[in-house]
Amino acid sequence: MTEYSSPLPRSPLLSVLRQIGNTAVTLLVTFIGLLAVTFIISRVVPIDPVTSILGERATNAQIEQTREALGLNDPLWQQFAIYLGDTLTGDLGTSIRTREPVLQEVARRFPATLELATLATVLGVLLGVPAGVIAATKPGSWFDQITRLIGLMGYSMPIFWLGLMGLLLFYGHLGWVGGPGRLDAVYQMSYDFDITPYSGMILLDTALNGRWDMFANAFSHIILPAGLLAYISMAYISRMTRSFMMNELGQEYITTARVKGMPEYRVIWVHALKNVMVPLITVVALSYAYLLEGAVLTETIFAWPGLGSYITDALMVADMPAVLGGTVVVGAAYIGLNMLSDLLYRLVDPRARA
Amino acid sequence: MSGLITWLRDPNPASRMQSRLGQSYLNWLRLRRNPLAMIGLCITLVLLFAALFAPLLAPHDPITQDLGRRLLPPLTAGNLLGTDDFGRDILSRILYGSRTTLYIVLLVILTAPVAGLIIGTVAGYFGGWTDIALMRLTDIFLAFPKLILALALVAVLGPGIENAVLAIALTAWPPYARVARAETLTVRSSDYIAAVKLQGAGPIRVIWGHIIPMCLPSVIIRVTLDMAGVILTAAGLGFLGLGVQPPLPEWGLMISAGRKYLFEQWWVATMPGLAIFIVSLGFNLLGDGLRDVLDPKSTSK
Repeated sequence: MTEYSSPLPRSPLLSVLRQIGNTAVTLLVTFIGLLAVTFIISRVVPIDPVTSILGERATNAQIEQTREALGLNDPLWQQFAIYLGDTLTGDLGTSIRTREPVLQEVARRFPATLELATLATVLGVLLGVPAGVIAATKPGSWFDQITRLIGLMGYSMPIFWLGLMGLLLFYGHLGWVGGPGRLDAVYQMSYDFDITPYSGMILLDTALNGRWDMFANAFSHIILPAGLLAYISMAYISRMTRSFMMNELGQEYITTARVKGMPEYRVIWVHALKNVMVPLITVVALSYAYLLEGAVLTETIFAWPGLGSYITDALMVADMPAVLGGTVVVGAAYIGLNMLSDLLYRLVDPRARA
Repeated sequence: MSGLITWLRDPNPASRMQSRLGQSYLNWLRLRRNPLAMIGLCITLVLLFAALFAPLLAPHDPITQDLGRRLLPPLTAGNLLGTDDFGRDILSRILYGSRTTLYIVLLVILTAPVAGLIIGTVAGYFGGWTDIALMRLTDIFLAFPKLILALALVAVLGPGIENAVLAIALTAWPPYARVARAETLTVRSSDYIAAVKLQGAGPIRVIWGHIIPMCLPSVIIRVTLDMAGVILTAAGLGFLGLGVQPPLPEWGLMISAGRKYLFEQWWVATMPGLAIFIVSLGFNLLGDGLRDVLDPKSTSK
């Protein structure tokens, strides 16, 4: 006999609401933790912010005045509280290099990264899920072995080198794709003047404006970096799909379905896959979050004007407000996606609600 | 030799050492059956060999420049893999670069898993608020984008090999803490721990002498699987100019130097990248095989 701890079944809505509450608290704590780290980093910077504003030849009185104005004489916890408040209200400081608010610059750059990571994730799912399913139905077959090897190679490849090799082969030798950047130089001017930027994502905007010639050009530029990132995410997705699928195919309801005489393709692609989708949500969200970050090196190689290249460019000139502002935004997106996947998982799978 | 094998396979070992060695021998036999894992082991051994004997193996000095012989293609007499933009032999630089890579990997292995072990076992052993505080900290670090955090840290600390190691280690410890805590929870309330405590052992002694040894196997598997990731991150930092500084040979840095000549002298960027790829593939294959052998949970296929 099973003992029930509570006599009444708990309302599923209530338990979901509680999950959301818990997740929100965790989200907040993690985000404050992220800000604490960036705050500590910004305080141990060897570059003195006062000198960088006033220059080397400031008088002591000027230095003291600026320190006071910047709040550097306040106790640390007070400085942190101010930093916390500023960040939460969207003030990420001012870039030293361009003298523009960091938030504004980051907002301008973010769509490019989002577009790249989204396309890569979509491609990764389209390739990785079927590959993982087929590998799981024939474990040990040549297909399984090759998928596994291709996956392991994806894990072992430095993405920046893969990018260079891709450019060398597909752009330099074969000429199949556009080179670095989001558009050919010819189109860049007319993009700036003729296109209404609805989303900042080039494929979407050119399509919405009906400029299909420009869409084709943009596509030829994005397909190589997106394809390479998709390879990395495919390696992860196909591996996880395979192991979830193997687990599912061992369940009793699968045997029942087979005994009933259901065609094998229906057993695999309808019954089993439906249940595999639940844990896959988490995997896809994680790989999406990883791509947002992994785009840093890819963007550097492909001169892609996204967040990653923004951060690395700022690094080269020691523009710390820009580096830390970018870090906070990527970190927040990463944390948010992590939590969202957790929440989705609990919503979809009744067993995880507990 | 056959005497040794009989001794190893003895079903009734006479000492603790014999039993342990016998167990390792059986694991080795299982690992040997996995061809991919053996390829991984060979690659790892070649890396160790290259790093140890770089001065003997390298045909040229890795740093001395020879501007008369710059950008020579591969298979030139005397320069098997060609030369770079300063006329330095690429093969020699790759061989010496394996030392840098191994140095970084070793330093990370000596710091991150140790920190993770201590935090995880302490959290698991004491429980309560200690556990909540430490695990919350771990979760926060786990939720961070690793590469970005490493970039920001190196940007602040200044570029260099030690700072790169510190940045990688600071972002690599949380998974070890998780693993160690889970293992600690399973042994914490067992009888042998209670017996040690009754003998008057303090928490430090219990954790150090009786809990950490139980966590080691799972941690070692994770270390092997993480090695490739450490190599890739280190190469990425080097590529961005934030790791090892020129003229020292480091693979990531060599790729970034070859970027300028990508379309005309392709080998300058290609060769060091191949080295990174082969070495991390080796660690991945070996780690995969080791996990199948050492971790009974994952073998149920």
